[in-house]
Amino acid sequence: MLRIHKAPMLAGALLILFFPWIARQLPTISHYPDLMVFAGIYTLITLGLSLLMGYAGQISLGHAAFFGIGAYVSGVLSTQFDCNPWLGMLLGAAVAAMVAVIVGAPSLKLRGHYLAMATLAFGIIVNIVFREEARWTGGPDGMIGIPGLSLFGLALDSAEKYYYLVWGIVAAVFLFSVNLIQSPAGRALRAIHASEAAAAAMGIPIARYKVIVFAYSAVLGSLAGSLYAHYMNFINPATFDLFFSIKLVIMIALGGMHSIWGALVGAIIVAFLSLEWLHYFEEFEVVVYGAILLLVTIFMPEGLVGAPAKLMARMRR
Amino acid sequence: MVKRVAIVFLACVAICGWAIRPALAEYKVGAIFSVTGGASFLGDPEKKTAEMVVEKINQAGGINGQKINLIVYDDESDATKCNLLAKKLITQDKVVAVIGPSVSGLSLAVVPVFEKERTPLISCAASFKIVHNDKTGKPYPWIFKTPQSDSLAVEAIYTQMQKMGIRKIAIMSVTEAFGASGREELLRLAPAYKIDIVADEKYGPKDTDMMAQLTKIKGLAPQAIINWSVGPSQVTVVRNWRDLGMEKITFFQSHGFGSRKNIELAAGAAEGVFCPLGACNIAELLPADHPQKQVTMTYMNDYMAKYNEPLSSFGGHAWDAISLLADALKAVGPDKAKIREYLETKKNFVGQHGVFNFSADDHNGLTKEAFQMVVVKGKDWALAN
Amino acid sequence: MESLPFFNQLLQFIVTGLTIGAIYAMVAIGFNIIYNVTEIINLAQGEFVMLGGLVMVTVHVMWGVPLPLAFGLTVLGVTLVGVLLDRLAIRPIRKPSVMTLIIATVAASIIIKGVAMLIWGKSPYDLPAFSGRTPIDLGGVIIQPQYLWVVGFLVVVAIGLTWFFNRTIYGKAMSACADNPDAARLVGINVRHMVLLSFALSAAIGAVAGLTLTPIALMDYDRGAMLAIKGFGAAILGGLGSFPGAILGGLVLGLIEALSAGLLSSGYKDAYALIILLAVLFIRPSGILGNLEVTRFKRF
Repeated sequence: MLRIHKAPMLAGALLILFFPWIARQLPTISHYPDLMVFAGIYTLITLGLSLLMGYAGQISLGHAAFFGIGAYVSGVLSTQFDCNPWLGMLLGAAVAAMVAVIVGAPSLKLRGHYLAMATLAFGIIVNIVFREEARWTGGPDGMIGIPGLSLFGLALDSAEKYYYLVWGIVAAVFLFSVNLIQSPAGRALRAIHASEAAAAAMGIPIARYKVIVFAYSAVLGSLAGSLYAHYMNFINPATFDLFFSIKLVIMIALGGMHSIWGALVGAIIVAFLSLEWLHYFEEFEVVVYGAILLLVTIFMPEGLVGAPAKLMARMRR
Repeated sequence: MVKRVAIVFLACVAICGWAIRPALAEYKVGAIFSVTGGASFLGDPEKKTAEMVVEKINQAGGINGQKINLIVYDDESDATKCNLLAKKLITQDKVVAVIGPSVSGLSLAVVPVFEKERTPLISCAASFKIVHNDKTGKPYPWIFKTPQSDSLAVEAIYTQMQKMGIRKIAIMSVTEAFGASGREELLRLAPAYKIDIVADEKYGPKDTDMMAQLTKIKGLAPQAIINWSVGPSQVTVVRNWRDLGMEKITFFQSHGFGSRKNIELAAGAAEGVFCPLGACNIAELLPADHPQKQVTMTYMNDYMAKYNEPLSSFGGHAWDAISLLADALKAVGPDKAKIREYLETKKNFVGQHGVFNFSADDHNGLTKEAFQMVVVKGKDWALAN
Repeated sequence: MESLPFFNQLLQFIVTGLTIGAIYAMVAIGFNIIYNVTEIINLAQGEFVMLGGLVMVTVHVMWGVPLPLAFGLTVLGVTLVGVLLDRLAIRPIRKPSVMTLIIATVAASIIIKGVAMLIWGKSPYDLPAFSGRTPIDLGGVIIQPQYLWVVGFLVVVAIGLTWFFNRTIYGKAMSACADNPDAARLVGINVRHMVLLSFALSAAIGAVAGLTLTPIALMDYDRGAMLAIKGFGAAILGGLGSFPGAILGGLVLGLIEALSAGLLSSGYKDAYALIILLAVLFIRPSGILGNLEVTRFKRF
């Protein structure tokens, strides 16, 4: 699992590059690039979260909060202070990192279910703040009129243009994360996951590493939030509630927790399932969603990404 | 394992095949409602109503010989889904106009989409912000809405309070879009009616009990309480009010209380509760010469015969939206810009929730007279005045 | 209308808080029973509560079965769902890591919620209060008879569980699994049966919580998740695995909510409760009555 294969990365990159063109040829999926924008935004969050959960072994049920912090900082700055959206995005990331360090330092000392509850509580509190501080955030109704993005004078006003922006960022973050995993820092994280006591004995500063990864994942979440806000031109607190936090964990579990590919595959699959495919089941949608999740958990405990590898191994035998 | 892969593959093919559906030459109209999720009590009757109205039109031969093809999507009370579905309706299903969404927050979420794509939207949600652009002080050109704005309900309640000599009140609201925008209007309009708000309490949509908030209000001894919420919490709050023996403090509900189901669920506790309602809730109570008597009676009888459940006022919003759109299609055909212009100048449209008079400055077209103040008497509505 | 003295208000907040807290405590006890045997946080716990309410509505109101019998049937029915949950969702997992097990319970809760929506629809349901709706006035403090039922059932559940774990062979075997599953297996305890029993038991307690809550707050298919979160919070606050902790955690959580809604700001009441929860965790990382050593011993 350690070696990141070059071939799938190249294939993935080509697919991403030509996907909008393919979609344009097929009328029934001509709206898929639009969906892929959201899938890409989700992927940004899960890339960070999988580093935290799969590699460092720390659970977070509150990552929707960072997604929301990015979105609201971007939204408030660009609508009420006429701030440049890109600057707003950077400031959002800075705020998210700061919050992550402040919350992470005491929280990450907690273990297992206690950490889960602490992050859950953090997420809910942040959401209540979004809802109650209506003077800034627009309250439960949400915030309208967030401007779109433009790059070098080119307005990114279509799904396709935004698609390339989002997936360009995803690709960069993906490469960066791959390098991070293969660096000494990445090995240190895995050591923490395997055994904190052993890692400490080897002289790894556990607490600092945990907080750094937490902050890194928070920054990615915030970045995703800013991209979301400027694409939707609208945000409301319900988008960033605890159910979205749980959905993020589902994405990672479904895709495969111990591989960075799992974060990518899980986010795309869940995005398409929940935003498009499950609609065809109408009333039965919720049940089908739960059933898919349960079947994957039972039959592919390594996630969707682990399954082909296992299949290959079995065929070779 | 191979078998499993094959099954997954076949499932994918089946899903794709499902997605490919032939397009027909009709008047294509879109609808987005919150049929499931937290706001399903709005979306469910709205969807049923819209489908019923379209079925009736099509059975009668359609409009100008063309059938209406109503494409209904469920946004599951989720902003992201709602946004995607709106774009899908416009760019892929190529509808001429859209009715819905059910909730204020989600309607606001798709306002930018419809403005950009220049497609008419008739929202079924209450908030004034949907048809009022703060920057220009005018309505968004392509957005209309049928439900009475919260401000009208607030004005109707405050007018009634003045009649009853009530000055000192407490307000309660649910921490959702519906409650928040009602609360904002209550606070904004109170000075104009010389009403003093002594307590401003909130509760969550899934809260099991509002005794604490009501006890605090009881301590302040106001003359009346106004509660702004929808769903089960507005029933719980009425029950708690009765339990605490606060009958001397008159209880006003928002227009969200507009279903007989709520009176039934309150199990007797709703007796004496005031609430402003649109005509369709109280069709039988209206005098025979009331302009809305006929449309509301027809709707009520049709709906109860078809779905065998009591009418809720929310379905009426969808009735107004789809009927307005049908009227526009009949007059100008499937041309987005012409539909928009037609709607903007439409006068005297008799709907379920009032007589609509649209103009370039008013994309809601109703006044506070669209509300009748009713009071719960003998487990049913009765006109208050 | 005379105004209410502050002291009476305070008492009323406490009564309200204790009632809500008793419900949270019952959910927290359900969490603990399963956690002690399996280390799983069963996020479908809230769905048991929801089912308890809705099944009771069907049996008691729609079929007209008398109250005590309907009570028994409802608890039995929901217990069956708990058993099915173990057999269909938990046991088939071949390589159970705690994370996969949690995801499995999330999946199960989604399925239960979806099926409940198909059966009961989306509208809320009411249940008649067990002994009428005439409030009892205790010197200005008002108590609904149903409140007494809620608190009474919490006491019954607490006493029943104490007896079960200390006096019966099954209870002792379950405690043994909780302490050390491998050792329990060595002395011949069938751990699988104990897991099944833990799911059955916690489903039954969830059902009791649900059917006593419904006359106060109505019930609909979408209510489970929020109750599960609150109950989880109560279990963590009191210390995971500790039954006195669950009761204490639940009551404290309910009290904080009611007092902050009444005295501070009702919009932020949930936030206050969670901030206090976080503060407790930062000072005592395993909750008020939890044992840090035990937590460390458990894998995650």
